[in-house]
Amino acid sequence: MEQIRAIWRYGIKVGIIGGIVLILMSLIGIIEVFTKRQVIADFISMGHVLYLAAGLFVCYMAAKRTKPAKPLWVISSSFFAGLTTTFFLVLLIILGRYINLRMMFINASDLLLNNLLTFGVEGNSGMLLLLYVGMFTGLITGLFYLLPNVVRTVILWSLAGLVFAGVLQDLFRSILTNNFPDIISEWLLTSDGLTMKGAFAIFIIIALVIISWSIKGEGIKQGWQNLPKKQQLTWRTVGTIILLVIILVAPWRLGLFMSEVLTIVGLYVLLGLGLNIVVGYAGLLDLGYVAFFAIGAYVTALITSPEIMNLNWSLWAAIPFAIFFGILAGVLLGVPVLKMRGDYLAIATMGFGEIIRLLVLSDALRPFLGGSQGIGKIAKPQILGFVFKGPQEIYYLIIAGCMLVIFVSWRLKDSRIGRAWKAMREDEDVAQAMGINLVSNKLLAFGTGAGFAALSGVIFGSKIGSIYPHSFNIMVSINIVCLIIFGGIGSIPGVIVGAAALIGLPELLREFAEYRFLVYGIALVVMMLIRPEGLWPEEAHKRELHEGTAKEATG
Amino acid sequence: MAVDGLDIEIEEKTIHSVIGPNGAGKTTFFNCITGFYKPEAGEILLENHSLVGLMPDRIVRLGIARTYQNIRLFPDLTAIENVLVGMHAHLKSSYLGIILNTPFVKKEEQDAEDEANRLLKFVNLEAKANMLSKHLPYGDQRRLEIARALATRPKLLCLDEPTAGMNSGETQAMCDFIQSLRDDLGITIMLIEHQMRVVMGISEIITVLDYGKKLAEGTPDEIKRNPKVIEAYLGQGSAAQAH
Amino acid sequence: MPTKFQRWKESITATDIVMWSIGFVLLVLIIIGSILTLRAGRYTTVQWFDFVIYGLAQGSIYALVAMGYTLVYGVLRMINFAHSEVFMSGPFTAYYVAAYFYRSSLLESHPFICLIIVFIVSMTISTLIAFLLERIAYRPLRNAPRLIPLITAIGASFTLMYLFRGLYGTGFQAYPVWKVFTGKWALFKGLEIGKIQVFVIFAAALVMIALYLFIQRTRIGKAVRSVSEDKEAASLMGVDIDKTISITFIIGGAAAGAAGVLYALVFKQVFFMMGFIPGIKAFTAAVLGGIGNIPGAMLGGLLLGLLESIGPALFLDGYNIVAPYQLKDAIAFLVLVLVLIFRPTGLLGERLAVKKA
Repeated sequence: MEQIRAIWRYGIKVGIIGGIVLILMSLIGIIEVFTKRQVIADFISMGHVLYLAAGLFVCYMAAKRTKPAKPLWVISSSFFAGLTTTFFLVLLIILGRYINLRMMFINASDLLLNNLLTFGVEGNSGMLLLLYVGMFTGLITGLFYLLPNVVRTVILWSLAGLVFAGVLQDLFRSILTNNFPDIISEWLLTSDGLTMKGAFAIFIIIALVIISWSIKGEGIKQGWQNLPKKQQLTWRTVGTIILLVIILVAPWRLGLFMSEVLTIVGLYVLLGLGLNIVVGYAGLLDLGYVAFFAIGAYVTALITSPEIMNLNWSLWAAIPFAIFFGILAGVLLGVPVLKMRGDYLAIATMGFGEIIRLLVLSDALRPFLGGSQGIGKIAKPQILGFVFKGPQEIYYLIIAGCMLVIFVSWRLKDSRIGRAWKAMREDEDVAQAMGINLVSNKLLAFGTGAGFAALSGVIFGSKIGSIYPHSFNIMVSINIVCLIIFGGIGSIPGVIVGAAALIGLPELLREFAEYRFLVYGIALVVMMLIRPEGLWPEEAHKRELHEGTAKEATG
Repeated sequence: MAVDGLDIEIEEKTIHSVIGPNGAGKTTFFNCITGFYKPEAGEILLENHSLVGLMPDRIVRLGIARTYQNIRLFPDLTAIENVLVGMHAHLKSSYLGIILNTPFVKKEEQDAEDEANRLLKFVNLEAKANMLSKHLPYGDQRRLEIARALATRPKLLCLDEPTAGMNSGETQAMCDFIQSLRDDLGITIMLIEHQMRVVMGISEIITVLDYGKKLAEGTPDEIKRNPKVIEAYLGQGSAAQAH
Repeated sequence: MPTKFQRWKESITATDIVMWSIGFVLLVLIIIGSILTLRAGRYTTVQWFDFVIYGLAQGSIYALVAMGYTLVYGVLRMINFAHSEVFMSGPFTAYYVAAYFYRSSLLESHPFICLIIVFIVSMTISTLIAFLLERIAYRPLRNAPRLIPLITAIGASFTLMYLFRGLYGTGFQAYPVWKVFTGKWALFKGLEIGKIQVFVIFAAALVMIALYLFIQRTRIGKAVRSVSEDKEAASLMGVDIDKTISITFIIGGAAAGAAGVLYALVFKQVFFMMGFIPGIKAFTAAVLGGIGNIPGAMLGGLLLGLLESIGPALFLDGYNIVAPYQLKDAIAFLVLVLVLIFRPTGLLGERLAVKKA
C-alpha cells in the first residue's frame, strides 16, 4: 500500500510533468528540426538524443526524489515515471489521428507524430514500441541510479561528452580537415554525424580521462602546488604563449565559416566585457546598453561613409570620435538615472535605449541618420596596405579590442575604483557611508561601459559595412545581459565562456537558430534557480572555496 | 521615530553613550549625524564645521564613521576588501593611473593593503582576510564592521549597538575592545546601547533619550541616581536591568 | 540659524540642476509645439475627438494590463517582466477558438456567446500561465537579492514568448471580425464614435470595477492588500502568504487575458511578440499612476493612452516634423523615463517614497 503511494507520488506525478514537457517539446518542433542532424551517422539523430535525454531526465528525477530510497521503490517509481511519460505521448499521437492538430500547432506534423516520436515505426506497433521504450528507459534509469556514484559520474560525463562532440561536429570537422591528415577526420566523422567507431573511441577516451583524473587528479594538483613559484610562473608563461599563438593562427586554420563565428563571438565578448563593468562590477542593470553600441556604429558610419555627411575619413580617425561620443552619451544618460535602483534603473535605461532606436528609425531624422534605410559603405580599416576586409582579417581587430578591454577591466577590477563599484553593488547606502562618492563612481562605470560599447560599435559597423536601426534593438542588450549572467556575473573569463556558449553554439547549430531565444530564456531561469553565480564565477568566490581551513571555522 | 530639541556635546577622546528605550530615536539621531537623514531644523557641528546638508560620503571624509545595528557589511566581498573599501576616501589613485599602473598607484595599493592587514590584525581577523564576509561568524562580522569603519580614519566613531545579539562573554570582550579603541587609537567614541550594564561599565558620559528628547545627561553615577531616568527607563522594572 | 529655504538651497546638487533644466526645456518645447499646432489649425474638432476616443480605448487596455504589474509589485516588490507574455498567451490561444467559430459561422449567428467564450478561454489561459509562472519561476526566489528575480522574469518572458512562437508559429494571425462592432455611431455636429471603441472602454471599465470591488470588498482581496502593506504582519495575522501571492497573480492574469482579447479586437491580429510593446506601456501606466496603487494603474493607463494618441499631433506636428506618428512609442517611453526621474512615486503613489536607511 505504502509502495503504491510512493509510486504515485514520486513516479506517476513526475511522469505527468515529464509527459507535459515532452509534449510541449514535440509540439514546438524542436525534436523534428533536430532529427535532421545526426549525432552518430545512421544510428541516432540529435532530435532523438534530445528526446531520449528528456525522458531519461524525467525518470532520473523520479528515482532521485523517491524517499526512502529502497532499491525496489526507486526502480518502480522510475519505471512508472517512464511509462506515464510515454503514455502521454501516445495520447498525443492518438489525438493527432482524430484531430488535425496542425490547425493550431504549426509543428505537429504527420512525420513527427507517426514516425519520429515512435522511433520510425508507424501505426499501432509504433505506439506499443513507444510504451516499451518508456518502461525500458524507466527500468534502466532506476538501475543506473542505484549504481555507485563514481560509475554514474563516469557514464554520465562520457555520454555528455559524446553528445557534445556530435553537436560540435562542424567545429571538429573544420579543425581536423584543415590541420590533420584526412584519414583522421574520415575515421571519426562522416559528412553528417560521428562514425560508430569514432563514437566508441570518444566515449572510451573520455571515460578513461575521467577515471584517471579521479585517481590521480589530487596528486597532480598537489604536485602543481608544491612546484616552486618560479617554475609555476614559467609554465604559466609557456601556457599563455601557446594560447596566444593558437588565438592568432585560429582564423587561418579554421576556415572562413569558423572565422565568421569567432568574430561574432568576439564582438559579443567585447560588448559583454563593457556591460560587465556596469552590471557585474557596479551592479547597475543597464538594459539600454545597445544604445552606446549604436552610437559607436553610427558615428563611424557618419564619419567614414560617403553617404549623408560625405566626410570619407579613415576608420582609424573614427575610433576616437566614436569612443568619445559613446562615453559622453553614457555619462549624459547616466545622470538622470543616478538615483534609481535595481529594477527601476533597468526599465529607465531600457526606455532610453528604445527612444534612441525609435529616433534613429524615424523619418523625422532620416536626412541625418538614414532612417530605416540605414547608412552604407562604411570604410574598412587598413594598415600599410593590409585591408581588414573579411572575417579572417576583422578577427584581429576584434582580438585587439578584446585584449584592450580585458586589460582595462582587469586593472580596474581590484583597484580603488573597482572596489568602490563592488561596494556600491553590494549596498549603496553603506558604500556612501564609507566615503564613496556615488555620483562620480556611477558615472565612471556608465562611461567606461559605454566607451567599450562604442568601440564594439566601430568594429561592428566596419565589419558589416552598412548599418540599420533594427540591428540595435533591445534583444541585443538582453543577449548581452544573458551571456554575462550565464558566464558568471562580474567575472572576465565568465564573459568569454558565456559568449562562447550563448552566441557561439547557436551559430554552429544553424538549425538551432529558431529556438535560440527559447533556450536563452530557459537557461536564464534555470541558472537563477540553481546556480545564480554562473558557470565561471568571480574569483573571490573561488579564492574562498580553496580556503577550506578558514571555512571550517565558520561552523 | 523623531528626534526633537536635542542638544548633545561630545568631548574629544571620551566614550559617550546614548541610551534609551526602543523607539527613543537613537538610530535616527545617528542617521542625522552621518548624513542619511537631513534634520529639518538645528545644527550639527564637527570642530565648528557644519555637517547639515552634506552627503554621507563628505561627512565620512571629515572624520565621522559608523557601524550598523543590524551589521551591514558587503557580503560578497572578502574581509580585506571590506576594509579596503573603507579606505577609499584616503586613496588618490586616478582612473588613468590605475589603468597604466603607475608607480604611485602600485605603492599606494601596497600601503593600503598593509594598513588593511594591520587593521584586520587589530580586530583579530588576519587569518580570515580572504573569506567572504557573509561567511564569517557573527562576532567576527561585528569586529570587521568596526575595522572597516576605522579604515576611514575617523575622529569620531559611532557604534550602533555593537553588542546586540552577543552573550555575556562576547559582550565583555567587545567592551574591552571598544575601550582599547579609545585608549590605543585615541578615537572619540559615541555608543548607542540598549544594555545598561555595558554602558555603565565603559562610558564617561551618558545621554538618556526618551521619545526623541533628552531626558538626562551625566556620568554613569549621576545617571544611576537621576530620578527621571529611574522613572522613565530603569523604572520600567527590573526587566531592563536583566536584559 | 539657517532658514528652511537656506537648507533647501544647500541640499541642491549639480545633478538636480541639470535634471530641472532638462525638464524645463522639455516643458517649454511641449508648450511651444502645442501652441504652434493649434495655431496652424491642421486638425479639425472631429479629428481631435477621434484622437481622444482612440486614446481612451487604448488607455483602458493599458489600464487592465497595468493592474497585473501593480498588484504583483505590491505583494512581491518586483517588476513581473513576463506579464506581457501573460497578456499575449490568452488571446493568441483564443484565436483558434475564434477562428473555429468563424469557420463554422457560429460567429455570425451567435456573436455574443462566441465573444464570451473567447473571453473565457483567453482569461483561463492567461490565468494559468500567470499562476504557473509564479509557482515555477518566482516562488523559489522569494528571498533572493533583488536583481535575481528581475533577471528570472526576463528569462521567463523569453521562454514564454518563444514557447508560443514554437507552438503557434511566427505568423500574424488575423482575428475574425465581429460584425456587431464594425461601423460607427453618429453623434451631434458630425462627430462619430466607433462601436468597437465604445465596447472596449465599457468592457475594460466593467472588468476593472469588478476587480476593484473584489480587492476592496472580499476577504481574499483584503488578504492581498494586507500582504502588500506588510508581509510579516499579514502572516502574523494568519494570512497564508503563498496562497495570497498566487491569487494576486491569478487576478493579474485574468485582467491581462481580458485586455488581450480587447487588444486583438481593436488591432485585429495576434502574434507571439504582441505583448512586448503593450507590456512596457502598461508598465509605464502603472508607474505613472503610482506602482502598487490600483486606482493609480487605471488613471495611468487612461492618461498614457491619451498622451500617446494626442501627443504626436499636439506636441510634434507644430514643428513640421515628418511623420510624427512614428514617434508615438518614443513619447510613451519618454513618459516612462520622465516619471521615473521626476516622480518615481507616480501620480497617486506615496508608499514607496520611503527610503530605507
